[in-house]
Amino acid sequence: MNPVITITKLNYSYGKILVLKDISFQIQSSDFFIIIGPNGSGKTTLLRLLAGIISAGDGRIDVLGDYIEDYNRKVLARKIAYVPQTVPVDFPFTVSEVVLMGRAPHLGILGLEKEKDLLRAKQAMEFTELDHLADRKTSQLSGGECQRVFIARAICQETEIILLDEPTASLDLAHQTRIMDLMERLQKERGITIVMVSHDVNLAAMYGKTLLLLKEGQIVSQGKPGEVLTFQTLEAAYGCTLLVDESPLGRFPRVTPVPGRLMGVKD
Amino acid sequence: MGTGFLKRLMLVSAFLSVLLAGAMYLGISVGSTGSNFGDSMRLLLTDKSVDSVPEAIIRQIRLPRVMLAALVGAALSLGGLVFQALLRNTLAEPYILGISGGSAIGAIFGIILGFSYFPGVSIMAFTGSLATLLLLLAMSSGQAVFKKDSLLLSGVMVNAFCSAVIMLLISMTRDARLHNIIFWLMGDLSTADTGRVGILAAALLPCFILLFWLSNIMNLLLMGSDMAQTMGVNIKIVTITLLVVTSFMVSATVGSCGLVGFVGLVIPHLFRIILGPDHRILVPACVLGGGAYMVLCDLLAKILPSQGEMPAGVITAMIGAPLFIYLLKRSGR
Repeated sequence: MNPVITITKLNYSYGKILVLKDISFQIQSSDFFIIIGPNGSGKTTLLRLLAGIISAGDGRIDVLGDYIEDYNRKVLARKIAYVPQTVPVDFPFTVSEVVLMGRAPHLGILGLEKEKDLLRAKQAMEFTELDHLADRKTSQLSGGECQRVFIARAICQETEIILLDEPTASLDLAHQTRIMDLMERLQKERGITIVMVSHDVNLAAMYGKTLLLLKEGQIVSQGKPGEVLTFQTLEAAYGCTLLVDESPLGRFPRVTPVPGRLMGVKD
Repeated sequence: MGTGFLKRLMLVSAFLSVLLAGAMYLGISVGSTGSNFGDSMRLLLTDKSVDSVPEAIIRQIRLPRVMLAALVGAALSLGGLVFQALLRNTLAEPYILGISGGSAIGAIFGIILGFSYFPGVSIMAFTGSLATLLLLLAMSSGQAVFKKDSLLLSGVMVNAFCSAVIMLLISMTRDARLHNIIFWLMGDLSTADTGRVGILAAALLPCFILLFWLSNIMNLLLMGSDMAQTMGVNIKIVTITLLVVTSFMVSATVGSCGLVGFVGLVIPHLFRIILGPDHRILVPACVLGGGAYMVLCDLLAKILPSQGEMPAGVITAMIGAPLFIYLLKRSGR
């Protein structure tokens, strides 16, 4: 086994509120790693720590064998790309301009691109099926297309690890699977390690190789979808009644929340 | 982009340089003592001095004034551009946010205390602009910094407060300095002299170069600070550098010609529509085009009134304020 990220005894607090407590785990190379958990369980904070956006007061994160705090920002940006949940699109950049920005960590301060960089951007747009939108303004795109643009930008950054914060939130069903298929292809065809925060346990079950379940800043369970997504652990984490059975699509669990009225609860 | 980008940069710079040169030539040739295109052309092309009144007017009055206008226009346009990128708000502008007002308070204190223009008044103006900037950031701190309305409202309040302080200072001034302060406040370029313009140029040119150097980072900043950071940008250092450099540029222009508003709104908007949002193009375009715009505004201020002159700040506000209202209405949709 070959860990690309190692987290050791990590604690993090906003002011006096401890949001991550004594977190330790490893992410293996070319894993499809999905962090799940209820609202406020510290998923996004954990992802932002891994991206180096915020730095841990207590504990240690190692990326590709080196302490994250020792990295120069630009060097770290060649190892880890990050796709936030929402990106402001007030300024009228075109799709190809945004994708090309992914080359920034590989370029000088003025970001003057060479042929090779243009080729990488073109390939990233082809991979994400955006080539026909290359000259369109990002402000004119739909939510799903926008998300693909920022994923293409991350691909263009040519990193070993891509972090994504709920990339499927607020997308319709077709776009959800399209984004997840895309990430799966990246992981399978190129061996890129995908680390994703997700609200959707069923998407996590279908695509994730390793899941990490957080509750109130602590790890509840970690492992393959079948090991993590049992009704005991999920009910304990989410505090609601759930039906967990095997998906008709394959050998992974399916999670169905049970409506209160079926439980005989009167409102 | 690559080589295509360099070509575009050259083309835009060349075109706007010609525009700026043309505007400056017009500014030198036209004035209250009449137009003399021939004299100004001869003066520009030869060094021989022909001791004459028109020559003295051109050399000692119009030339420094036009150069001051070009520098002020460039600095204010660039100031607006940087604020808009940094705050991710296309309506941000040093004058609207009250930064100019703050540096005016500093400068007026300097004038009242009897300091010389350089370094006394300039340092006071810089201190004033930094203080307002800090106040503004503190007022709209936390996540609200990047919310349009909260930032603009804070700016309007800071501006109102600054105006009140300025009025207070003016009402306490009784002697000849009163006239100086009032004229200077309105954005008056007629006091330009070669020495001051030289100092201003020496102060501003390094800022222009530094901002061009940071122009691609400004592009990345528009993707949000999280994403910019994960693309290798050191947000803290870049933000502080941009804020300090911009405040410095704004206070330098306020120190030399008072309050000239809305240039930083009009010019970046115009160029963003024509040239797109790439700051590597927009920075040089704002320097050259903003300079040309200010020279032309000052020219209008010289020739529009049938008697005397009006401050150039009046012209820029009359063009800029309606545009601001239009943009605010459009962005609300």
